[in-house]
Amino acid sequence: MFEHYLSLAVKAIFVENMALAFFLGMCSFLAVSKKVDTALGLGAAVTFVLTITAPLNYLLYTFLLKEGAMSWLGPQFASIDLSFLRFLAFIGSIAAAVQIVEMVMDKFAPALYSALGVFLPLIAVNCAILGAALFIVERDYTLGESTVFGLGSGIGFWLAIVALAALREKMVYSNVPLGLRGLGITFIVTGLMAIGFMAFAGIQL
Amino acid sequence: MKAAHKKALFDPLVNDNPIASQVLGICSALAVTTKLETSVVMSLAVIAVMALSNLSISVIRNFIPPSIRIIVQLTIIASLVIVTDQVLQAFVFDISKQLSVFVGLIITNCIVMGRAEAFAMQNPPVDSFLDGIGNGLGYSLILLVVGFFRELLGAGKLFGYSVMPLVTEGGWYQPNGLMVLAPGAFFLIGIFIWLLRNFKPELRES
Repeated sequence: MFEHYLSLAVKAIFVENMALAFFLGMCSFLAVSKKVDTALGLGAAVTFVLTITAPLNYLLYTFLLKEGAMSWLGPQFASIDLSFLRFLAFIGSIAAAVQIVEMVMDKFAPALYSALGVFLPLIAVNCAILGAALFIVERDYTLGESTVFGLGSGIGFWLAIVALAALREKMVYSNVPLGLRGLGITFIVTGLMAIGFMAFAGIQL
Repeated sequence: MKAAHKKALFDPLVNDNPIASQVLGICSALAVTTKLETSVVMSLAVIAVMALSNLSISVIRNFIPPSIRIIVQLTIIASLVIVTDQVLQAFVFDISKQLSVFVGLIITNCIVMGRAEAFAMQNPPVDSFLDGIGNGLGYSLILLVVGFFRELLGAGKLFGYSVMPLVTEGGWYQPNGLMVLAPGAFFLIGIFIWLLRNFKPELRES
């Protein structure tokens, strides 16, 4: 059982890296990767929110939205299929979770709260979070698998954004062609990183 | 056509391209560019959602309280994406399966929210509608170019029809496997931005 979870986590972190293999969370990935410090903060926040919302959305889908999911209310509800509402439900639950995390953090960990600053509310529209919720539905994960998948995807995103930020800090000193400066070279570097991450593709645990 | 309308429609194509200059919305759609067919369907979906969300947000813009505008925008966009997803599932089920989660991810596509917030909240409905179509087209332009090269170089095909016969099928073209994988898309966009900025020096970053 443990091995199954470990292999799922490794797959989510390296082989199917949210940012480098699925292009999810690209906006913040490119915009917030200029400094290692801020990249670390954003990565931590994304990992945290993903670990919370992945199982939350799983429960929401299994007990409210899926076809026949509401049969626990009584037999007359067994035929209800609300799965078409999943986009709205997921984005709502993610926004609410981010809001709650923000308030809890403000109250109990003000240092961390001010360190994350504006990135925390922005996570609500990070596609990696919604993407993880939709992948969980598409791949039929269980509750345990969803949690591990959420955590693994978060760590993968964290790893990738910190690595890119470190590369970009170094790149300040290099002589990049004029038209490629900024966004262009960042794409090329990300592409090279994606090739690097593909080396993990054969790993089976 | 009035000059302002023309500007709203055509500016986002090259001069103010949402991907190449505003760095918005690269999130969800790159994964669907391995084939031209999926790129086209995804482009149409994004154009439809953007135009309609801009239009509907602009119509009610004076009635949205500023403090809850993000929620209102998200709800409108999410509802439109649900409709789009249902239409795709009903009429092009195969492609809808290939697009998998990425249709749903139009909701968190920064272009849609970004244009709603930056343009539709201040401008009348017709301008906003055209702005939505224009930005959708600008976005599609990059998707289609990337999709074109990825399918052509990666599989020697366009829309699933063989253009350059592959070596394995008795032809002459040795397919470039890198193009179908994720890194290929990154390189293509990097090169596309480079080309665009060579011809439009004012877009360059210092």
